[in-house]
Amino acid sequence: MADHASQSPDSKYEVVIGLETHVHLRTASKLFSPAPVLYGEEPNHSVHPVCLALPGVLPVLNRHAVELAIRACLATHCTVHERSIFARKNYFYPDLPKGYQISQFEEPLATKGWIEIVIDGADSGESVSEKGDVEPTNKRIRLTRIHMEEDAGKSIHDEGIAGSDATLVDLNRCGVPLVEIVSEPDLRSAAEVSAYLRTLRSLLRYTEVSHADMELGQLRCDVNISLRIRGEQEYGTRTELKNLNSFRFIEEAIEAEVKRQTAILDEGGEILQATLRYDPERRETFVMRLKEDSDDYRYFPDPDLIPLVVSAQEIERIRRQIPELAEQKCERFQSEHGLSEYAATQLTQTRALSDFFEATAVAHGQPKSVANWVLRDVMQATKECDLEIDAIALTPEQLANLIRLVDDGKTTAKSASALLPELVRLGGDPVALVRERGLEAVSDTGVIDQAVADVIAENPENVEKYHQGDEKVINFLMGQVMKKTQGKANPASVREALARVLDQ
Amino acid sequence: MSTAFATIDELRTALDSGKSSVVEIVTDCIERAEASQDSIHAFIGLRAAGAIDDAKRADARRASGEVLSPLDGIPVAIKDNMVQAGEPTTCASRILEGFVSPYTATAVERLERAGAIIIGRTNMDEFAMGSSTEHSHFGPTRNPWDLTRTPGGSSGGSAAAVAAGIVPAALGSDTGGSIRQPAAFCGVVGMKPTYGRVSRWGLVAFASSLDQIGAFARTARDCAEVIEVIAGHDHRDSTSIPAPVPHYAESFHGDLNGVTLGIPTEYFEAEGVDSDVLESVRAAIGQFEKAGAKTVEVSLPHTRYAIATYYLIANAEASSNLARFDGVRYGHRSRDANGLTQMYRKTRSEGFGTEVQRRIVLGTYVLSAGYYDAYYRKAQQVRTLVRSDFERAFETCDALVTPTSPEVAFAFGDKTDDPLTMYLSDIYTASANLAGIPGVSIPCGRVGGLPVGLQLLGKPLDETTPLRVADAYQRATDHHLHHAGSSE
Repeated sequence: MADHASQSPDSKYEVVIGLETHVHLRTASKLFSPAPVLYGEEPNHSVHPVCLALPGVLPVLNRHAVELAIRACLATHCTVHERSIFARKNYFYPDLPKGYQISQFEEPLATKGWIEIVIDGADSGESVSEKGDVEPTNKRIRLTRIHMEEDAGKSIHDEGIAGSDATLVDLNRCGVPLVEIVSEPDLRSAAEVSAYLRTLRSLLRYTEVSHADMELGQLRCDVNISLRIRGEQEYGTRTELKNLNSFRFIEEAIEAEVKRQTAILDEGGEILQATLRYDPERRETFVMRLKEDSDDYRYFPDPDLIPLVVSAQEIERIRRQIPELAEQKCERFQSEHGLSEYAATQLTQTRALSDFFEATAVAHGQPKSVANWVLRDVMQATKECDLEIDAIALTPEQLANLIRLVDDGKTTAKSASALLPELVRLGGDPVALVRERGLEAVSDTGVIDQAVADVIAENPENVEKYHQGDEKVINFLMGQVMKKTQGKANPASVREALARVLDQ
Repeated sequence: MSTAFATIDELRTALDSGKSSVVEIVTDCIERAEASQDSIHAFIGLRAAGAIDDAKRADARRASGEVLSPLDGIPVAIKDNMVQAGEPTTCASRILEGFVSPYTATAVERLERAGAIIIGRTNMDEFAMGSSTEHSHFGPTRNPWDLTRTPGGSSGGSAAAVAAGIVPAALGSDTGGSIRQPAAFCGVVGMKPTYGRVSRWGLVAFASSLDQIGAFARTARDCAEVIEVIAGHDHRDSTSIPAPVPHYAESFHGDLNGVTLGIPTEYFEAEGVDSDVLESVRAAIGQFEKAGAKTVEVSLPHTRYAIATYYLIANAEASSNLARFDGVRYGHRSRDANGLTQMYRKTRSEGFGTEVQRRIVLGTYVLSAGYYDAYYRKAQQVRTLVRSDFERAFETCDALVTPTSPEVAFAFGDKTDDPLTMYLSDIYTASANLAGIPGVSIPCGRVGGLPVGLQLLGKPLDETTPLRVADAYQRATDHHLHHAGSSE
C-alpha cells in the first residue's frame, strides 16, 4: 500500500468518497438487442440494427439481464422495486448511436442497500488501539441505488490505428447490459475504496452476476471525492474521477486527487465541482471539464419501453436462487468442516475454488485433509499450468480418489503430487495413472527391509542419537529410506520397519 | 379492364376471373404513378423492377393455386418512413441521403407475406412533421382534386396516391392526424388503429408514444382488410399489444342497430370551423340515425388543451428520436466541417428542413433542466386528463362522430408562414393520439368541390365499431365513389 500521508489520522482533512460502479451483466445478448455480448471480437462485429440505431429500430428488454440485476440488488441488501422506469439520457457522442443512452433515472430498479467491508485498522485511520495494534474492523457502506442501463460503444482516438486525426468507433460494447451501483459517501480512504471494490467484485462473481473483470471493462468506477475539516458535518465540494479500471489506478488516482485538493485548501483556495482525469504517467489528476460546462441530459421516460414490472413472487424466486456468499461460506467452512480461519478464507476467495474444495471434501470425507491438498498441491499445479481453478480438467472425484490412494498407502504423497500437473491439464483416472506410471507405493517388506538395513548401516551416529532418546532422528532416517526407494515406499511401512530395527 | 380507381375487391375479382394478371395490374399502376409524378407528385421512389418481379411471382402462385391471402397480388404503396430491406428510406429528408435499409418494417413484412405488391414509397412532410406535405425535401405533393391545394399531411403522398386512383391502398403513419386529415382532404378512407395495434418496428420514429401505422383505401371494407393484415402483436415492439385481431368485415351488418354514437359538443363549437364542413358532418349523422344508430351528446372538456399538450409531447420525443441522425453512421454528412461539434452542427443544419429544426429546438427546450416540470411533466398530466375524458364519454356511447378537420384542403403557402395556424388543423385528430384510441376518416360530401372528412373514434382496441359505421354509411351513400375528375 502506498504511503497514506495525506489520509493519516493526523491530517487536518477527512477524505469523503462515494462510488458509482458500473458492472457488465453476464448475459449472452445485449440489454435491448439480440446482438451477442462478446469480448475481444473484431470491431463492429457483434452488432445488430438496434445497436447501430438504424432508422426504425426499437429496444426490447432482455429479461435475463433483469434477473441478474435483481440478484445484484438482493445480494447487496437493496429494496427491489416492483415497478421501475427506463429513461433516456440524451447527449451527442459518436459512440452513442441513438444520441441517448437508455438508463433509469427517476424510478430505479432498487434503492437503499449496503455492503459490509473489512478494513485493517492501519488503513481506516480510526481504530488503532492504545497499544498501537491494528485491529481489523467491519464497516457498512450504504448504497443509494442500483439501476440498469446500456453501455456505450468505444471511440478510438489512437493515431496509430486511425491513421490520422480521425476517430474510429467500435460498437461491439454498445448496448451491453450494466448495473450502476451508487454508494453513499461512506468511504474514507483509498484502502476502504479498495476493500469495497474487492468485496463487491467477490459478491458479483459468487452470484454469477458478472465476471467483473476490470481489464475487460466489466467493472469500472467513477470516484466522487471531497475533503472536509475533521469533525465537520457539511461535505466539501466534490470532484469526480471518471472511468477508472484497475485497483492500482483507483488507489493512485485517489491519492493524487486528495493531494491536489489538500494543496488547494491549504492555500485557502476553493474546490470547483469538476470532472477529472487521472494521468498514471505523471501520477496527477487533471480537470477535464467544470460542472457548469456539463451536459443537461434531458432525462425523460423512454416511450419505446413500458415500465419494468417485477412481481414480489418473482423477486422472492430470485432471492432464493442467490448462492451462499464468501463471508457466510468462510464461517461455515470453519464450523462445519473444522477448517482453520486461514484455510477457510483462502478457499473462499472465489466461488470456483470453494465449490471445487467442497465437492472434493464431500467425495473424500475428510475436509481438513482435502483443504491441505487443494491449497497446497492443487493450487501449485494449477499455477504451474497457468490455469484458473474453474478451467482445470481435474474433477473433485478424481482428486478425492487420488488422495484416497495416498490415505490407503497405495501411493505416496510425493508421487500423487507429481501427478497433479498432468491431472490438472488433462484429467484422468488416478488409479490407472498410478499403475501405468509405476507409482504404486512399495510395501514389499523385502525391498523396504533392505533399504532400512542400508540406511542404518550408513548412519551409525544418528542411530546412536536415537538410542540416546532423540526420537526425532527417525524422521531423518525415514527420509533417507524414502530417497533410496525413489519416494515410492509406503511411509507407514517404512516407519514400522525402522522402529522395529531400531528398537530391537 | 382499366385498373385506375379500382378497389381491392374489384381487383381481386378481376384476378380471380382471369380478366387481369398481377403483372398487368402492377404495370398499370406504375405507369399511372409515373404519369402523375409531374402533376401530383405522390411518390418519392417507385419500385418498378422489384414490383414487376413480385407480380410475376404472384401470378405464378395464382397459377398453381397457392394464393397467400386476399391481398395476394394487390398493389400497395407505403409511406417513405417505413423501411423495406434493400430499398432506400428518406422520410422526405436530406439527412437520410443514400440510406438503404438492411431490414424490413413489420407492417411492410406482413404485407409482403400476404402477397401484396409494394410499388413504391410515398411523399410526406419531412419526418412526418406537418399537415400539408409541403415540408418535403423532394417538393410537395398536390391534391388530386385541385392541384393548387395541399393533400394534407403528413401522409399526403399516400392519400393522394389512393385519391388519384394510382393504388387501391397505401400505408401511412399517424402521430397527430397524419392519416385521417389527408384522407379527409383527398376524399378517401384513412384509419389510425389503436396505439400498439400495428407494430412500430421499422417505422422511423417521430413521437414514439403517439406514432401509429394505419392504412388508406377507397372503401371502409378495403381499409379494414389492410389493417387486418398489418395488425397484431410483434415481440420486436415493446409497446405492441398482445390481443387477437378480429375479422372486421364479420361485423359489417349494413345497419347500425344497437350502436350509440356520441357527438362531442366541444368539437362542434370550436373556433374557426367551417360551417359548411359542420353541415356535411351533421347530414352524415342523420344518415347514421337512419341506419339505426342512436346519438347522444357527450363532453370532452379538456379538448382545448389537446393541441398544446400534443405539440409538447410530440416535439420532446422527436428531439430525442432524431438525435441519431448525426452524420456518423449513415445518411448525409456535411463535407466542410472541422471537428466533431461542427460536423454535428453542419450536418444537422444542412440535413433537416426548417420545420424539423423548429420542432427539435422546441422539444429540446421543454425537456431541459428547469423547464421539464413546467412543460413535459405537465403535458403528461394533461394527457391523462384527455384520456379520461374519452373513457367517460365511452361510458355512454360506442363511438364518437366529429369532423376530421375544421376545413377542406387549403392552398399551398396558406399556413407555411404561420406554424401555429398549421398546428391548429390537427385540432380534431390529435386527441385520439394522446388517448391512443382508433379513428377513421371517411368522405361525407364536398364543399366547393373539395371533399369533407368525417371522423369516427372508437374505444381502445375497438377498430370494429368505427369501421362498421363507416361501412354502413358507404353502403347507403355514394360519397366514396366520387373521385378527382369524376362526373357528378
